[in-house]
Amino acid sequence: MDLSTLTIAEARRALDAKEYSALELTEAYLGTIAKKDKDIHAYLEVWADSARQEARAADETIARGTSQALTGIPLALKDLILVEGRIASAGSKMLEKYSASYDATVTAKLKAQGAVLLGRTNMDEFALGSSTENSAYGPTRNPHDTSRVPGGTSGGSTAAVAACMALGALGSDTGGSIRQPSGFCGVVGLKPTYGAVSRSGLIAAASSLDQIGPIAKTVADAKSIFDAIRGHDDSDSTSLPDSFFENKVQIRRVLGVPRAFLRAGIEPDMLSSFESTLKALLDAGYSIVDVELPALDYALAAYYIINPAEVSTNLARFDGVRYGLSMPAPTIGETYEKTRAAGFGPETRRRILVGTFVLSAGYADAYYRKARAVRELIRADFARAFQSVDAIVLPVSPVPPWKFGEKSDPLAMYAADIFTVPVNLAGVPAMSVPSGSVEREGKQLPVGFQLIAPHGGEDTLFSIGDTVARRP
Amino acid sequence: MTDPAIDVRALAKLARLEVSDAELAKLEKEIPDILAFVETIKKADVSAETKADGLRNVMRTDENPHESGKYTKQLLDAAPAREGNRIAVKQVISRQNVERRK
Repeated sequence: MDLSTLTIAEARRALDAKEYSALELTEAYLGTIAKKDKDIHAYLEVWADSARQEARAADETIARGTSQALTGIPLALKDLILVEGRIASAGSKMLEKYSASYDATVTAKLKAQGAVLLGRTNMDEFALGSSTENSAYGPTRNPHDTSRVPGGTSGGSTAAVAACMALGALGSDTGGSIRQPSGFCGVVGLKPTYGAVSRSGLIAAASSLDQIGPIAKTVADAKSIFDAIRGHDDSDSTSLPDSFFENKVQIRRVLGVPRAFLRAGIEPDMLSSFESTLKALLDAGYSIVDVELPALDYALAAYYIINPAEVSTNLARFDGVRYGLSMPAPTIGETYEKTRAAGFGPETRRRILVGTFVLSAGYADAYYRKARAVRELIRADFARAFQSVDAIVLPVSPVPPWKFGEKSDPLAMYAADIFTVPVNLAGVPAMSVPSGSVEREGKQLPVGFQLIAPHGGEDTLFSIGDTVARRP
Repeated sequence: MTDPAIDVRALAKLARLEVSDAELAKLEKEIPDILAFVETIKKADVSAETKADGLRNVMRTDENPHESGKYTKQLLDAAPAREGNRIAVKQVISRQNVERRK
């Protein structure tokens, strides 16, 4: 088997045809990880022993003829998705020794399919960042150029898939954390509709924005993982009923481009790449029209108020008392302060402080409540645009992967999220599909093309995404 | 809109986060910069936005409790300190605090 071209669909066929066993497939991935990951650092921990056990169990299922889409398929999980009895650190020193008390719903669903879980992948601490440089365990390197970032926050998962160290992976997307690293690593990444995939057992960053989604080499593979993990769950109160997703097919073959918003600081060759993909869609029979989304001008600012506000409240649970790190101190107050100082990295502290400010008495109206109102404008802009188009298209990122340390100013890093955060504010689904490349210092770096659909419109994304991926 | 001098030390206290003097100096530049950036939303006209955001609480029915003690071990195993079947916590109200308040 050639892992560089292997897809989930092909592995499924070959496994069911007994051309190789799930154990052989798993061994091939464990071997690649052993060989490559010292240069990439996609994994924080590899679960070789349990992966082999799961592969053997998958082989028995296949022998019985009762395999499902992901039976025996080796996958990686971002380090904030709980697997009972396994460390889930969220890329933080705070949870360095935290062993999960239960399986996340998505973990249980993958286990029920007989998937093989290879290990947990690196990420920005508590899913705060855009490059995986904020991991407390060192950054992941981009397989296309190891002097550059893989994007973030799911950079470990996307690098693992891109470097053939997993056939697919789960990530989470709060402001672009699946789509942007997928674009940077040249793989497919889906941020589903808010509420499409249960977040029970996902270590929360910003709860009104977080969503779990698949990362894979092809659109069809991303769909097969999505189909395995989606569905209503009583354990997540934001989970949508399954009926919500019925009859959401595209009807018009019309795509919208927010031209005014597109000018926001994009590098010229990234824009050319986007235009050439648009041209290919035009040639494939899609009409392309301009759409106006005026509130998107405020999306980045609204996001960087709402995200820190929710992060500061969510991370208040880390107090050195119930689980995670605990620093000994004479009083309970000092236990809190010292534990949080020792456990949280620099970006996490910045978000907590900014969040504390925007929620504080006297400022909450001008910042947090204003940002909530702007968020509603953004939702309304998308809803209006989707009355006349099937999908809205945007670049994933205004810039290609940057060099380590290049964006040490927090605001420079935030600015790179311009094209992905509006999607999370609106709660709509979006997908990053590899489409072309740009050259930097003699290296070809992948470019992602972003498709955005109305709530529940994942099938529209798969259909158009397939056209984008297949373009000559 | 932002105060010229944002009291980062007071924010850290509110957030129960110990901050060293060296870090404070860095944060006293970074936090106001971030707030100055997000302040651009003050220009957004939200006067037309009268629609309620449609948020509502979703609660499960309080029924069918699991059998008592089923998860006790897993949850206690995660705690940094325990005494028997309890999580051990530093004293919250000390004699010193009580006397100070008198």
